[in-house]
Amino acid sequence: MKLEDKKRVLREMVVHRRFEERCYQAYIERKIGGFLHLYPGQEACCNGVLEAARPGYDYVITGYRDHVHAIKCGADPKEVMAELYGKETGSSKGRGGSMHIFDAKHHFMGGYALVGGPFPLAAGIAKAIQIKGGDEIAICFLGDAANNQGTFHETLNMAALWNLPVLFVCENNLYGIGTAIERSTAVVHQHKRVCGYGIEAAECDGQDIEKVYEAAKVAVNHVRSGKGPYFLELMTYRYRGHSMSDSRGYRTREEEEEWKQRDPIYILRDRLIAQKAMTMADYEALEKEIDHYIENEVVKFAEESPEPRIEELEKYVLADRETQLPWLTGRAA
Amino acid sequence: MAEIMYWEAIRRAHDEEMARDPLVICMGEDIGVAGGTYKATKGLYEKYGPLRVIDTPISENSYTGLGIGASFLGLRPIIELMSVNFTWLAMDQMFNSAAKVRYMSGGQLSAPVVFRSPGGTAHQLGAQHSARMEKVFMGIAGLRVVTPSNPRQAYGLLKSAVRCDDPVFINEHELMYNMKGEVPDSEYFHPLEGSEISRSGTDVTLFGYNISVHWNLKAAEILDKQYGISAEVVDLYSLSPLDRAGIRKSIAKTHRAVVVGEDEAPVSVGSEVIALINEECFFELDAAPMRVNSAHVPQPYNHTLEKASIPDHEDVVNAVLKMFGKA
Ligand SMILES: Cc1ncc(C[n+]2csc(CCOP(=O)(O)OP(=O)(O)O)c2C)c(N)n1
Ligand SMILES: [Mg+2]
Repeated sequence: MKLEDKKRVLREMVVHRRFEERCYQAYIERKIGGFLHLYPGQEACCNGVLEAARPGYDYVITGYRDHVHAIKCGADPKEVMAELYGKETGSSKGRGGSMHIFDAKHHFMGGYALVGGPFPLAAGIAKAIQIKGGDEIAICFLGDAANNQGTFHETLNMAALWNLPVLFVCENNLYGIGTAIERSTAVVHQHKRVCGYGIEAAECDGQDIEKVYEAAKVAVNHVRSGKGPYFLELMTYRYRGHSMSDSRGYRTREEEEEWKQRDPIYILRDRLIAQKAMTMADYEALEKEIDHYIENEVVKFAEESPEPRIEELEKYVLADRETQLPWLTGRAA
Repeated sequence: MAEIMYWEAIRRAHDEEMARDPLVICMGEDIGVAGGTYKATKGLYEKYGPLRVIDTPISENSYTGLGIGASFLGLRPIIELMSVNFTWLAMDQMFNSAAKVRYMSGGQLSAPVVFRSPGGTAHQLGAQHSARMEKVFMGIAGLRVVTPSNPRQAYGLLKSAVRCDDPVFINEHELMYNMKGEVPDSEYFHPLEGSEISRSGTDVTLFGYNISVHWNLKAAEILDKQYGISAEVVDLYSLSPLDRAGIRKSIAKTHRAVVVGEDEAPVSVGSEVIALINEECFFELDAAPMRVNSAHVPQPYNHTLEKASIPDHEDVVNAVLKMFGKA
């Protein structure tokens, strides 16, 4: 990665981290409802992969832990926060919530809450690219436990069979809610599970963004050059509980501390400091500036935005009637 | 107007839509090289090639999801599910992805995809290959459900479903693919909403859809000839949304309703239609509405038991006679 890119990505990762931490606070204050799955600890995965791809151009799809992926693709953090607040200005007009962030104009095709649901959708997006003849690729980010769904295996088979331009990124954070991977999964190294489908796969440290970037470059090039699907497993860790009501009794505080020694943001920060590209004081100023931005722009926007109107409860269930009349009434030209 | 079979009508709609729009594709098990279990896609593979006529592996949920994902980018997939019994495996993607994506994305994405699948009882296919699923689909917000009772509807409903921006489930019937009927020679779009009066009458309305329309027509004939009862036959080809205005209009005329379906009660299409009648035209009624449904059993294999488990025109006649105090 180029130096200026590293500095930019460090900044982005701090935005992602502080955004998520601020969500936590807003949830405690009951400003955010429902389930809330936070991303701290895993930032290098999304950032490293998408630095190697073309966010906003390539199509990205993921599960319910989706805020950061949306923002990385180009979604405005203000609209994402407003969505969490359930506001009309939210990215999904307050109809989606934390698990259903969408930003179609930046080709972020959504967060989905059925574990394993996005696998076939990603392959379908890739199929559409193949039929239309573009050079975009589809990138599907999901967790380790999702690979125990039938859709994983069914989709890998079709993706390989039809040589689809889709990259599967497995963010292996070692747990599916409170079940450790070795307690749910016979083969814990996820990249080994795809060889039965003849799909190229690799495993990589998910905490060091430069390593993720290098591995993702290989993966993205493979897929974009028409060689078919690719599976990239990133070893990572989520710091917080699975969602908000999780006291983390299934893992030790020591294990958590160990992972925090390899924090993705600090790894990059310390490297930049060692290279004399920045100082600790610069970093602290950056954090402050970002906190200020999140508080005074992002949260403020969400707080001050209007609620959806009850009269519009049924809007978006079906396509706007007026536009569909020829087919609904049979009075087509 | 040519007389063609139900399967030919479906095939023609596929062909016309695929010829017109390169974004229309079709997919499913054995639909390509093999031409489709019911021939509904016969010859399309040769004409449009493997990129647009896709023989899928036996992975219902995932190829359905794949079609839905492709529709996010503007493709118009027509997905055949070989039997409604197999749609259970695809319901996650049909319901959680296709039916909800427009809403949960605040209108940013839509899934303009068509699901086609045959249901009903054929001949002794047993419990796991004989089912009626339309009652499940019609309860899902964000999904349209239509069910053709003849080749004209089969052709015109598929044409409209492909063009419509909403996901549409087309409920076909295994016994109807070889049914013959007139289909307009020129392009025809059957409305996705509404109902049709298949036979006009004044004394009682027989509501049905798909195969039960034919039982009702036969019953109406008998009721007229043998009992002097004039039955109106209404074809509810759209199950979601139901044609509330059409239902009200017929009840206002006949003041009596029998709802007939091959599905089983409790919880049948008839449950919903009768609830609607009670809500919207209770004071028009001269008699309590009745329904005629299959027995609440997994489909038996034995021919006699199978026949006993599903209704036919005689059951409809008997229900009407009971309503009129003649049985
Ligand atoms: C089909 C389905 N089953 C169960 C759940 C409940 N659930 C939500 S997240 C989750 C664990 C998923 O873990 P993983 O795929 O590793 O992703 P992570 O949360 O670790 O990022 C489960 C079981 C669900 N949402 N969907
Ligand atoms: Mg996990």
